[in-house]
Amino acid sequence: MQNEQLKPKKEKIPRTKISEQDAGLRIQNFNEVELGYSEEEAVRESSRCLMCKKPRCIDGCPVEIDIKSFIAYIKEKEFTKALEKIREKNSLPGVCGRVCPQEDQCEKVCILGIKDEPVAIGKLERFAADYAKKGSSECVRENKQYAKDKVTDNDSSSKKIKVAVVGSGPAGLTCAGELAKLGYKVTMFEALHSAGGVLVYGIPEFRLPKSIVKEEVEFIEKLGVELKLNAIIGKTFTIDELIKDGYKSIFLGTGAGLPYFMGIPGENYNGVYSANEYLTRVNLMKSYLFPEWDTPIKKGSVVSVVGGGNVALDSARTAKRLGAKKVYIIYRRSEVEMPGRIEEIKHAKEEGIEMMFLTNPVEILGENGWVKKIRCIKMELGEPDDSGRRRPIPVAGSEYDIDTDIAVIAIGQGPNPVLTQTSPDIMLNKKGNIITDEACKTSKKGVFAGGDIVTGAATVILAMGAGKVAARAMDEYLRTGKW
Amino acid sequence: MENINAVIKKSVLAKDIVSLDIFNPTIASKARAGQFVVVRVFENSERIPLTIADSGPDSGIINLTILKRGKSTQILCNIEEGLIISDIAGPLGKNTEIENFGTVAVIGGGVGIAPTLPIIKAMKKAGNHVITIFGARTVDGLIFTDEAKKYSDEFYICTDDGSQGYKGFVSGFLSEYLDKNPGKNISRIIAIGPALMMKAVCDVTKKASIKTIVSLNPIMVDGTGMCGSCRVEVAGKTKFACVDGPEFDGHEVDFKLLIDRLNIYCEEENTSLDKYTENHKCRMNN
Repeated sequence: MQNEQLKPKKEKIPRTKISEQDAGLRIQNFNEVELGYSEEEAVRESSRCLMCKKPRCIDGCPVEIDIKSFIAYIKEKEFTKALEKIREKNSLPGVCGRVCPQEDQCEKVCILGIKDEPVAIGKLERFAADYAKKGSSECVRENKQYAKDKVTDNDSSSKKIKVAVVGSGPAGLTCAGELAKLGYKVTMFEALHSAGGVLVYGIPEFRLPKSIVKEEVEFIEKLGVELKLNAIIGKTFTIDELIKDGYKSIFLGTGAGLPYFMGIPGENYNGVYSANEYLTRVNLMKSYLFPEWDTPIKKGSVVSVVGGGNVALDSARTAKRLGAKKVYIIYRRSEVEMPGRIEEIKHAKEEGIEMMFLTNPVEILGENGWVKKIRCIKMELGEPDDSGRRRPIPVAGSEYDIDTDIAVIAIGQGPNPVLTQTSPDIMLNKKGNIITDEACKTSKKGVFAGGDIVTGAATVILAMGAGKVAARAMDEYLRTGKW
Repeated sequence: MENINAVIKKSVLAKDIVSLDIFNPTIASKARAGQFVVVRVFENSERIPLTIADSGPDSGIINLTILKRGKSTQILCNIEEGLIISDIAGPLGKNTEIENFGTVAVIGGGVGIAPTLPIIKAMKKAGNHVITIFGARTVDGLIFTDEAKKYSDEFYICTDDGSQGYKGFVSGFLSEYLDKNPGKNISRIIAIGPALMMKAVCDVTKKASIKTIVSLNPIMVDGTGMCGSCRVEVAGKTKFACVDGPEFDGHEVDFKLLIDRLNIYCEEENTSLDKYTENHKCRMNN
């Protein structure tokens, strides 16, 4: 102990704050809220890293990014090398740096976090990705070269083997990228007219600019992945047709594309949206640019969003940006149980979103076919339920009405059955999710699955982790033929 | 070799009704009667569902027949041959149940006549006695009459103004027909057209206890069950028309809800259309 005290004390640098658009300003636009680190800020933040001998952060990362090394490169101002280091394990750094819940993963286990605040790993990852984007042409060229090397490096014999990836969201993009790096001829099928899955239809522009997604998709394409848009597997082609067409193995990453409603009276009134529809109209179809873009959205001056997750927060903040005067989040539990990211809850509050906790809708009341009020009941917290969170219990006789012009239901999404209905030999659980083993194998030979279609709605990074595990397992299956 | 989604042929079938033959061999080889596609014409266009009016697995061509109404349908109707449509996804929805029911009646109203054609053909092929009833406001609005006649055992026309055939709505004609032909024993009716027409037909057939299938046309975005924009109520339960339909038992459908939901964006549709026609006029003046 005494020895330690004798050591010169290292100067403590506080966690570097990221600059943000001011709340009053940002609710008037759809531009990104966080502005990113400058070079100096990134270097300063990276210098906080203790360079642990056994970096726990890497274990905390679902795709095992060599965090220590990439941070070391940033510290040395070798920004391009930092990105290359990230890309060894993660094909979507610009996305993950923005939407990963680092506070529950890498940063959660950071040693610095015990006494102080953890290293801002996510912000640094984002910095590295963005540096390449806006950075020098040299940097972009190096990245292109990286993409090229990754493909040419590989065993040419596997190149003729055709594999299919269904869905171009986080799981599909990762799986496709990994398979391409291994030398397979990958075709990625996407049902919508644009690749990215939830990254383009779900997560709003102000949290994840679509230009970032576009570039990361282009990077995957540069690795040699062929993208087929407007191809709905289960409708345009079936799994068996893909197999017949010569695809030797197939990955299903179709996501959680089925919106849940509450099942209360009045949910079909005009002005009641699923969060999926609300966000898809705004994000994918750019209805915030109506009438320059053709898809309309109902705006309303009071918008009520039901739910407490990131999708609910995204919907509420979107409503604010569409011009709503009042936006409520109606959540049946209390703030501590909210599944949304702390950072996003903070952002939402700054933007004037009003949170109504321990409140649950029981009926939607309408007039002339349009939503007018949401009848809610007060809740109190009881014993913990299966999720470990305290179960909300209605307080008898506590019903009251909230006036609203628009209601957005953001209580979760389930597995979309379009694909699985046409492949009865792929086993599903009671909820309709695909059953797989730990190597992402389904009950159908050669077919793997991962992401929300297996786990139910979860996070981008977990889906990416699954895409990666699946790619390795597919490679093994294709090399050994063992199922 | 034509480009995918190229408009091969455009014909004006009636006032404000345009038929497009589009090259898309994948969809053409898959499409079955009753299914639809989601179309996005340009990058900034809406995604709109359109029922497939015909498909040729050999030619690789699908036919879409469109009524000029809002901006999106105006754009489609103003398309020139050779243009490539940005996105067409499908075939979507469940196909029409086709079997030998004995005697069936197929009723088409307005632009809803187009999607009845493949059903009429398939029903005939399955061995049914096919009674076809087409309705339009005036004789100018009638389409596909010659083709339909070929595959129908009985063929009737109704116009609101009496400019051809029965004067009145298809529902009125059907009611009278059923009264006059009690021995016909129609086991199934398929009705496609405006929501009010389908509702009126269902009111008649409910009394006569004839199972009636209607094809619903709510507003959609993705068309794959992802958004729930197209929810309808059937037998008191919420259904997604895009994946659970578009065809449902008409006697169970809540038509009032369907009509309410079809009108959600009336205001925005008018804004869009005004802006479009204004620009269009300007261009024409130049």
